[in-house]
Amino acid sequence: MTTMLQELTVGAELPPLALPPISRTTLALFAGASNDHNPIHIDSDVAHSAGLDDVFAHGMLSMAYLARFVTSTARQWDLRSYRVRFAAITPLHGRPTCTGRVAAIEERGGERQADLDLTVTLADGTVTLRGTATVALHNDQGDLP
Amino acid sequence: MIDPTDLIGRQLPSFTAIAERGQLRFFADVLGETDPVYTDLAHAREAGYPDLLIPPTFLFSLELTRPNPHGVLGELGVDMRQVLHGEQSFRYHSLAFAGEELVLTPSYSDYYEKKGGALRFLVRRTAITREGEPVAELENVLVIRELELTT
Repeated sequence: MTTMLQELTVGAELPPLALPPISRTTLALFAGASNDHNPIHIDSDVAHSAGLDDVFAHGMLSMAYLARFVTSTARQWDLRSYRVRFAAITPLHGRPTCTGRVAAIEERGGERQADLDLTVTLADGTVTLRGTATVALHNDQGDLP
Repeated sequence: MIDPTDLIGRQLPSFTAIAERGQLRFFADVLGETDPVYTDLAHAREAGYPDLLIPPTFLFSLELTRPNPHGVLGELGVDMRQVLHGEQSFRYHSLAFAGEELVLTPSYSDYYEKKGGALRFLVRRTAITREGEPVAELENVLVIRELELTT
């Protein structure tokens, strides 16, 4: 599974990763696990005081799910860079799906690298996050950077 | 309150952070991560790692342990409820593991406004090193929006 990326060509789609609906429990646990204690994600009273209907998910929760998606395809030691733009809020009960596509394969700095275009989309079609990961393709066995 | 452009170039004090095994397991569990290099010490060692592997975005969680993490918002007169995460990036130089002493050095690198100041953007960069060697660089774009707040 982890060498799957080696076999992909430009334009290939990665198998999507569908995630469970975002629950209040997930947000509370992620707040603790990720050190992000901003109450706007876990306390609906605070969300209401800011004029919002309810709490919403941490952007970094989606970015972490998307990283799980990337490292299920490429080995983490091959990950060179990873960047995202948060395009929309993920509401409570939203159902995110991670998708990815090989956008480019290029020789850079003495190694072959693949750029993956990444997206997190909700069931209603809203794109919540767009990003790119650059992954080295040449490290076949165990050589840690 | 300070002029936000005065923040550009401000370096924050370096600080040390250590990822704990228990928290890494907790983080993996919340995300549904099943790769045992993130949760099972014996498996991580079998894979050739000194300890549990820190997953790609957990470095941001370590950065959140900086002293007085929201101090700058206070200086700007911004309430935390107004803040959204706009962008986040990581450049990786080497893997990092549970128990390692990582040194993080954040600085504010840019500030700009859009929509006539209705959206304000604050950019923070953080270098992470271990024994002087680069581990990663993070860049964070915070978005500050206008909100009608009731106490």
